Amino acid sequence: MGQVTFKIWRGEGDEGHFEEYQTEVSEGMVVLDAIHAIQSDDASDLAVRWNCKAGKCGSCSAEINGMPKLMCMTRLSSLDLDNPIIIEPMKAFPLMKDLVTDVSWNYEAKKSIKPFKPCKPDAPDGTWRMQQEDVERAQEFRKCIECYLCQNVCHVLRDHHDHAEYIGPAFLVKTAAFEMHPLDEENRTLDLKDEQGIGYCNITKCCTKVCPEHITITDNAIIPLKERVVDEFYDPLKKLFRIFKPK
Amino acid sequence: MTERFKTHEYDVLIIGAGGAGLRAAIEASSTGASVGVVCKSLLGKAHTVMAEGGMAASMGNVDDRDNWKVHFADTMRGGQYLNNCEMAEIHAREAGERVLELEAWGALFDRTKEGKILQRNFGGHKYPRLAHVGDRTGLEMIRTLQDHGIHQGIDFHMEVTVTNLLKDGDRVVAAFGYEREKGRFMLYKAKAIVIATGGIGRAFKVTSNSWEYTGDGHALAYDAGADLIDMEFVQFHPTGMVWPPSVRGILVTEGVRGEGGILTNSEGKRFMFEDVPPLYVSSTADNEEEGWKYVTGDKEANRPPELLTRDHVARKIVKEVKAGRGSPHGGAFLNIAWIKEHIKDSETHIKKKLPSMYHQFMELAEVDITKDPMEVGPTTHYVMGGIRVNAESQMSTVKGLFACGECAAGLHGANRLGGNSLSDLLVFGKRAGEFASKFASECEYGNIGTNEVNALVTESLLPVDRTEGENPYKIQEDLQETMQDLAGISRCDEELKTAIVRIGEYAVRSTTAYAPGNREYNPGWHTALDLHNLLVVSEALCYSAMQRTESRGGHFRSDFPEKTEEGSTYNTVVRRKNDGSMEVERVPVIPQSDEMRAIIEEYK
Repeated sequence: MGQVTFKIWRGEGDEGHFEEYQTEVSEGMVVLDAIHAIQSDDASDLAVRWNCKAGKCGSCSAEINGMPKLMCMTRLSSLDLDNPIIIEPMKAFPLMKDLVTDVSWNYEAKKSIKPFKPCKPDAPDGTWRMQQEDVERAQEFRKCIECYLCQNVCHVLRDHHDHAEYIGPAFLVKTAAFEMHPLDEENRTLDLKDEQGIGYCNITKCCTKVCPEHITITDNAIIPLKERVVDEFYDPLKKLFRIFKPK
Repeated sequence: MTERFKTHEYDVLIIGAGGAGLRAAIEASSTGASVGVVCKSLLGKAHTVMAEGGMAASMGNVDDRDNWKVHFADTMRGGQYLNNCEMAEIHAREAGERVLELEAWGALFDRTKEGKILQRNFGGHKYPRLAHVGDRTGLEMIRTLQDHGIHQGIDFHMEVTVTNLLKDGDRVVAAFGYEREKGRFMLYKAKAIVIATGGIGRAFKVTSNSWEYTGDGHALAYDAGADLIDMEFVQFHPTGMVWPPSVRGILVTEGVRGEGGILTNSEGKRFMFEDVPPLYVSSTADNEEEGWKYVTGDKEANRPPELLTRDHVARKIVKEVKAGRGSPHGGAFLNIAWIKEHIKDSETHIKKKLPSMYHQFMELAEVDITKDPMEVGPTTHYVMGGIRVNAESQMSTVKGLFACGECAAGLHGANRLGGNSLSDLLVFGKRAGEFASKFASECEYGNIGTNEVNALVTESLLPVDRTEGENPYKIQEDLQETMQDLAGISRCDEELKTAIVRIGEYAVRSTTAYAPGNREYNPGWHTALDLHNLLVVSEALCYSAMQRTESRGGHFRSDFPEKTEEGSTYNTVVRRKNDGSMEVERVPVIPQSDEMRAIIEEYK
């Protein structure tokens, strides 16, 4: 397949520039292979996160020709190799170095979600019985590999930097995973409304489009959660009940 | 002298945050100990996420004939009786409880019709035994532990690599390392340390392991004077991807075969029906129909030969390739699409049962596994050998140092059964956390000299302080070539000797490794620092492999192709002598009690 040019973001913090590298590519290569070849031959200090190289750990998120993707799952044959391939770090998080961003905020945001709280075991042997179809509903959300590509494209985080008010699509998916768990009996709707800013999502569905696990983030996770918030806090009948409820 | 490092103190320090490390941390924390976890990557990215098939536990939800005794006997047979039988017993007895505990923490397993946890067939397991979630069980496990663990008051230090353990007298009292972001140095003082660093796959060229698996825990323990055991036993998983070249080695779950996938050669022949090992003849199907009955749940049927143990299947594939009957890119064909002969809507069925395999082949190889066969071949997957531990407590031969998960050894003997790893992580992770915490409660922090630590800082900085030298990536690549060629799936005395000579040369070259750039997130520097660990485990592997002059489980000697009577009587131990050289010794296998022997006999 010959020599291909890569323009890779190099720098630390606010300082940085594109650096050009040429590397020999062959059939079946993915972007991460090219990055490794460049690292091994020309730029041993090129910072990049990766682990499984099979789309299962969600470490190697980046923007490839402007599209948020996992580098390990992006085949070079899917890109225009006649022009330089542009590789940049995710934009919604502070840059550490080169392609590595500081994603620690995500770990904090996740911690704000109330943990799983199971109901009492319902079977005589002290365990639970669940039906496959009930399990499958929550399983979709549990496929999340925490690559944060959805966070990266969410305009609330990327453009408005409202990280303090909104936990982002990834953690609405996480919340949905708990909320729709057949055994869970925690209530997270007040947190969703007040602390986690679910109202910030205006359903542009950018998150769903970039999810490498094809989780239907907006339709299956966020909208049902929004409905729960509406039912609980904005239902006019319920509101009346609340007003007249004896204190 | 001023300190060039930052210090933290914990009752229990855990190195590694895969399934074993997280389970250990949760347990230690639950006893009231202060717990720190150090991990080389971000939390939740460890190789546990790659585990696909499931975790083995004899809950008997699908076949009520199953119980811990059968699981124990299967594990021992799979390990060719070199297992630490006490560990195998503890594991088989406790695995079910650990799986249910995971469910109580939020794991959502696939279900049986009655609503119980569904269990699937896997190689070497007599009954369907693997609790699973499609083919992403490892992700479910690590996420459950992670999401539970972050609310237990545990301190997580992400993207930190431990490079040295420090001792006070004969006890391990601290770990030293660096954090990736700024290259700052860290000292973790601890009353007890648990190593849970996983495997050594990066010593080989073709591997399913990521960059992290450089045998760090093995080398840390070895350098601290602990025994390593069974290091000759490496599992080459029979089904890794072979094409295209850039994905070579990526795992294809055994679940494909568990769901009915068959192996064929270029002549279209199901070659696994030949050469069934004597230990398994009576329990293996001798025709295609019976094999299919087995995977569809017929309790009377014997398993298809594709579900024989991994060591055997891997060698059979190599044999076909060597005989010129391989697939176009040097593997065998793994075919799940053929089940359309038996199942009406096989396409949907396959996508549902093996979603991430479908995804992986579609995106990385442009193969639709519901229609076409996959090309597969052996890939370095798992090391059975590792840190020698006490079965009950998981303490190594060095005081205060514990190990669990892949870096510990004993449970799997000469060959690990699929599904026994995830359960191993939970069972012995819990025990390591429990006993490390107990140990910590009975002692004080040790003494460490600032000068000693500052010296480690200076030493660690050598690759970035040099102004010239060799590219560490090249040294790593050369080592991987050597191990792949000379110490891989087939070994002989002469080649192992050559490998040891070369490892010595790489060790010399590693002292000149040069990492241009500064200390901030510099992968060249990290690669240079990992070299020592890779060299230690490679050398230990070669010496152990030379010592075992027979073939058994994951260890195959072309100059000694048969199993010997004597070979079943000893384990190989490697340790560091005072002069820094490596000592190899045979130690007697842990004797089986009469009760154990009776169980093994009963379920033969």
